[in-house]
Amino acid sequence: MLKIGVPSKGRLMEKTFDWFGSRGITMRQTGNDREYSGAVEGIDGIELVLLSAGEIPRELSAGRIHLGVTGSDLVRDKLADWPAQVTELSPLGFGHADLIIAVPVTWIDVDTLDDLDAAAAAFRAAHGHRLRIATKYHRLVRDFLTRHGVADYQLVDSQGATEGTVKNLTAEAIADITSTGETLRANHLKVLSDALIHQSQAMLYLARSADWSQQTRDTLAALTTRLGLPAPTP
Amino acid sequence: MTNKAAIRQEAETLFAAFRHAGAQPVEADILQPSETLLDLYGEDIRARAYVTADPLRGEMMLRPDFTLPVVQAHMAHGADPARYCYMGEVFRKQDTPGPRASEYLQVGFELFDRAAPEQADAQVFALFSRLLAPLSLRAATGDIGILMAAVRGLSTSDRRKAALLRHIWRPNRFRALLDRFSGRAPLPAARAALLEHLQQDTPEALITAAGTHVGLRSPADIAARARALIDDAATAPIAAPEAALLYDLLSLQAPARAALGHLRGITPMLPAIAPAVNRFATRLDALDALGIDTATLPFEASHGRTSLEYYDGFVFSFHAADPALPPVASGGRYDALTAVLGQGRSIPAVGGVIRPGLVARLKGVI
Repeated sequence: MLKIGVPSKGRLMEKTFDWFGSRGITMRQTGNDREYSGAVEGIDGIELVLLSAGEIPRELSAGRIHLGVTGSDLVRDKLADWPAQVTELSPLGFGHADLIIAVPVTWIDVDTLDDLDAAAAAFRAAHGHRLRIATKYHRLVRDFLTRHGVADYQLVDSQGATEGTVKNLTAEAIADITSTGETLRANHLKVLSDALIHQSQAMLYLARSADWSQQTRDTLAALTTRLGLPAPTP
Repeated sequence: MTNKAAIRQEAETLFAAFRHAGAQPVEADILQPSETLLDLYGEDIRARAYVTADPLRGEMMLRPDFTLPVVQAHMAHGADPARYCYMGEVFRKQDTPGPRASEYLQVGFELFDRAAPEQADAQVFALFSRLLAPLSLRAATGDIGILMAAVRGLSTSDRRKAALLRHIWRPNRFRALLDRFSGRAPLPAARAALLEHLQQDTPEALITAAGTHVGLRSPADIAARARALIDDAATAPIAAPEAALLYDLLSLQAPARAALGHLRGITPMLPAIAPAVNRFATRLDALDALGIDTATLPFEASHGRTSLEYYDGFVFSFHAADPALPPVASGGRYDALTAVLGQGRSIPAVGGVIRPGLVARLKGVI
């Protein structure tokens, strides 16, 4: 069986089901709506695995699922050298969000990464510690800031309510996903003009290290034909 | 014999040679406090070092190098002068598959001596050169001190000099700043817009108008930088001939003696580099006296600028022919680091490390 991992709840699951459904492949939850089991109809040989979106990158990396749907931000942040581990088969056109850096609106002297870097140097000299940036996207943010030569900062982990960390004095700036910017504005933060770290959206991925038998390869070929995608080579 | 045993034997041989050169062996803990390493190397070290949690001591790192513990031990109870050697595993996370090991032996030698730093530089280099001679490696040398002296000598504001010095180890950022300060690159549109906004009112009034203030970076911090930005906008660009000398210096690459001749030639136009150039000359004489041919020794003024940001003088490395391999040995002078770790005290220090694993591989032992 070819295993496909799909987010187990909420809008991401519904939109994924819609995306496949509009291409003639029906995915549905079986049992009651709290039970994490599902079925695929309209094509043979595929098993639906409902998983937390955050765990799908790890399952792809381990090859325990052949295909998976999750946000491109999660794959790029959680997997080292991600192109070596997974292949992007198709963007799904939903779940759009930008990973950005935001600072307090009253920082009238800061608009770009260049300003952030200079402000970090002055902050460290004045306060005795590096300027803290709260985020859960450690790899993406660190790689981005290194590439742009920003120094004198440190990342602090924040797994939720990241916009509140500045007010709570546990960070001076944040790096987080935003779609409309409303939560940022409500927390008195503004976005840097040149710090778009990643434009994320839901994506269908192929796991390179999954067990690609002749049977699963055939199923994959049938599936991509149905989806109107170019034939991938696992 | 297994590879590990062969590598350890190679390490023992190098270690014995360092002891023979008068170095006292030192041991270091494998678990090092994260906070000190982060403070010294910045967030990048977290991408390179293995981080682990200790229930009592908090976040710890598997030692990414020996420099920190050796300098700390010396500053706490070292003799003056002193020379140390060490041997042990270091740990570096690798994000991509390839020939770079994530756990390997390092053998190192460090020399703390305030009497004659250039002699110390030459002694360390000559020792490494002699030990590695059978491998026919390519040597590379540089001197970050000359570049730093050139920046300090620019006729521009202290703030601009500080910004350039702060990014001396980040060549791209440094180049972007220099381009802007010398007028080679136009003022970015975002900065122009920001300046225009800052000129509308006092920083304090603009901060109040911007909205609710949150966070530890205070309105006073913000106002201070806003005023600094306005001052900086009025600073004249670095004069073209002076900027040209700095660009020339950044790309200087020649055999060491020829490089010295070139530097002597530009010193009258950039007098601030004279002491650093004199030190360079003294070092070359010392190297010659120890049998290193400085007429052919490669020199690059920018060498070592992309490594961990603590070298501030002489830097060197030894490379195998295969460009995919990391340097077989590397080292340099790190006087400023001892000041940071010495809490008010400092001592000139120079040292380097060899990877016995690569030595064994290049010898064909493994």
